[in-house]
Amino acid sequence: MIAFVRRNSWVIGLFVLFAALLVFTKIIQPSYGASDFGSLVRAVLPYAFAVAAQAIVVIAGGIDLSVASMMAVTSVTAAVLMNGASEEFALVVIPLVLLLGFCLGAVNGILIVVTRVPDIVVTLAMLFVFQGLALLILASPGGGAALWLKAMMVGTIAIPGVPDWITVWIPNALVILIVAVALVWTPLKRSRLGLSIYAIGSNELAAFRSGVPVARTKILAYALAGLFAAMGGITLTMSTGIGAPIPGPYLLASVAAVVLGGVVLGGGRGGLIGPIVAVVVLRLLRADLTLLSVDPNATAIIEGTIMVVVVMLGAFLAMRAASK
Amino acid sequence: MLPGEVHALMGANGAGKSTLVKILTGAIKATSGRVLIRGTERNIASPAHGRRAGLVPVYQEPSLIPDLDVLQNLRLTQTPVEPFRQWVKELGIPDLSLGELARDVPLAVQRVLDLARALAVEPDVLILDEMTAALPANLAERVMDVVKRQGETGRSVIFISHRFVEIAAICNRATVLRDGETVGVVDIAPGVEEKIVELMLGSKIERKRVSVATNAVSRSAGATPRVRVSNLRVGTKLQDVSFELHDGEVAGVVALEGQGQDELFAALAGSIRPAGGTIEVDGQPVSFTHPRDAIDKGLAYVPGDRSEALLMHRSVRENIALPFSAPFRRWGPINMGRERDTVLEAIRRLQVDTRAQGEVQRLSGGNQQKVTIARWIAADARTLLCFDPTRGIDVGTKQQIYQLMRELAAAGKSVLFYTSELAEIQQACDRVIVIFGGRVVDVLPVEIADEAALTRAAYGLPREEAAMPGTPVPPAASGLEAST
Repeated sequence: MIAFVRRNSWVIGLFVLFAALLVFTKIIQPSYGASDFGSLVRAVLPYAFAVAAQAIVVIAGGIDLSVASMMAVTSVTAAVLMNGASEEFALVVIPLVLLLGFCLGAVNGILIVVTRVPDIVVTLAMLFVFQGLALLILASPGGGAALWLKAMMVGTIAIPGVPDWITVWIPNALVILIVAVALVWTPLKRSRLGLSIYAIGSNELAAFRSGVPVARTKILAYALAGLFAAMGGITLTMSTGIGAPIPGPYLLASVAAVVLGGVVLGGGRGGLIGPIVAVVVLRLLRADLTLLSVDPNATAIIEGTIMVVVVMLGAFLAMRAASK
Repeated sequence: MLPGEVHALMGANGAGKSTLVKILTGAIKATSGRVLIRGTERNIASPAHGRRAGLVPVYQEPSLIPDLDVLQNLRLTQTPVEPFRQWVKELGIPDLSLGELARDVPLAVQRVLDLARALAVEPDVLILDEMTAALPANLAERVMDVVKRQGETGRSVIFISHRFVEIAAICNRATVLRDGETVGVVDIAPGVEEKIVELMLGSKIERKRVSVATNAVSRSAGATPRVRVSNLRVGTKLQDVSFELHDGEVAGVVALEGQGQDELFAALAGSIRPAGGTIEVDGQPVSFTHPRDAIDKGLAYVPGDRSEALLMHRSVRENIALPFSAPFRRWGPINMGRERDTVLEAIRRLQVDTRAQGEVQRLSGGNQQKVTIARWIAADARTLLCFDPTRGIDVGTKQQIYQLMRELAAAGKSVLFYTSELAEIQQACDRVIVIFGGRVVDVLPVEIADEAALTRAAYGLPREEAAMPGTPVPPAASGLEAST
């Protein structure tokens, strides 16, 4: 138990921060209720997938600047394919788009491994390529989404035997997030690939000498990032009902949340839960500051300050713990 | 040091030569003690201070900034250009363009430029750390000439080298360090090598025969060697190395720093590809393109620098499991039960202290090293390539590692063991391969491989016994079959 707490202290700390922020929200806005929470989660969903995508790559010791553009490509692809098509056809579209995202990510990875151009340069170039690609597929916001997909995003889940006052606090969007991340992350963490991803991020030389296929692992890490980006793109289309070819503000948000979530830039440490909780915290914070009618420009300054302070504090606590 | 003296600084690897140079030049601070320059005490707080005090070093590694051209490099250190040009000519490089980027200048020439840059500021005391190691003979000769003349013009030079020949040619006196202490100052005169070797080793010079752990290697004649290396050439340092490694033996490798042993181990571990020669494993020629290939053949590399082997932020379990869990030739989840059993067995065997197993970086150096070995025990590697595995770890753990190597050999595995501490050889090895200048210069049976013999061999000096009639010195690289 103590070992569990110590190992996950950062994530637990984030959860505490999140709870404190919820209480704070309730204080400044007494009417804050389950439906507000639901819309928060819905708004967070694409951010959460962007963060998951970024986190995997950063754990593997890289960075992916093309996350938001990949989301745009997959979002418009899903919207165009589903536009005017039958409701059942969406069942084909979803796996297809997920596969597309996986392939886009793999292209990133292959370029990095084969050309040996630094990851930051390759993914920056691909940011522009994917941006153009998204606009080629769909020049202006449009397309459509299956009704049942749109319906999935709203409302709360009904669990038999659990009283309503609990389930109203479990929006469908939260279930989608948890299921999607768990389906990819849980088996990954226990697989050879998962260990290899941590290994190349932690110490590429040591991993190489231990026989880890570094190139293959790197490509797969980027491909998994593409997969998560595709999930983000699909949820964008699901929640708006259309495809948006212009990438949203997901790139910088994903890097910020990854750092705040306990994944060290440089790789090898952290997980997916921390960054996802971190992005929820950041979004809730922004909502609160809006509620307090703080100037939006000041909001950005406050967000930036909090990020540096939290990471600094974390490093300070870790140092104290180590010196004891 | 006297004015006008060329003073050699000698000592085995790790005796403290480089540390002393760093203190003198202000790169690190002395814990205690004083530095007097012309009778006044000077506190050298930074390299800039050191320069102003007249102490100018030329370090082991080239120090020009690679992305600046030569002229910019000079400006960076405020070196006067004209004297620099003079010195470069003097040192035997007539056609240097100052506009050339430092990275485009050949390594040997860079070393010469380093020296010219130091000479151009007319230093009171010039400090040369292994200046000649990377130089071809003609340039080295010029350097020696210039150094000698420095002494004649009343300036002083501290000269660090592993080459007795050079020291005999240009130095007046030598200070010998051992384990961070001055153990003697000698005048350079013919025959002084013996005295210096003796000083470097300390009292252990009497040829005491340490009881060898076990030397009962059952090598049936004509058996296929586990690893056979023939005429191996790697990079620029490893020239031509041949030897055999058999099942059930621990073969020591002894060499001064930078004689090609790094390249030898990297090639055997599959991290770099040899430029020539062959490696055979169990009689089959192999060509490794990835460490995985070497690991598949049962060859595992244990580096001395733990940070090159470990995932410092990950757990002991993950670190040990890495080589046998990570290759996903077979997809699917790791068999956690089997993994745990294997890992626990390896931890028990090596007695790794697992109180801080959450992050390897919190373990002590000795325990970290045990983890790097434990992973290969867990992966059941047949041959360990241990490159200075006991560097910087405590005596108790060292003993455990020798013990382990003996156990592995007794169980029919083989170990190639490079160490920078000669005293370790007799505790763990069956025989010793000595490399000097990228070639095998001798293979000693462990019975005669005491520190004195090893030191002589490592410096490229012939065996003492070899002087006796009837036992000629085996010439480099060819006398190996005789001893295997």
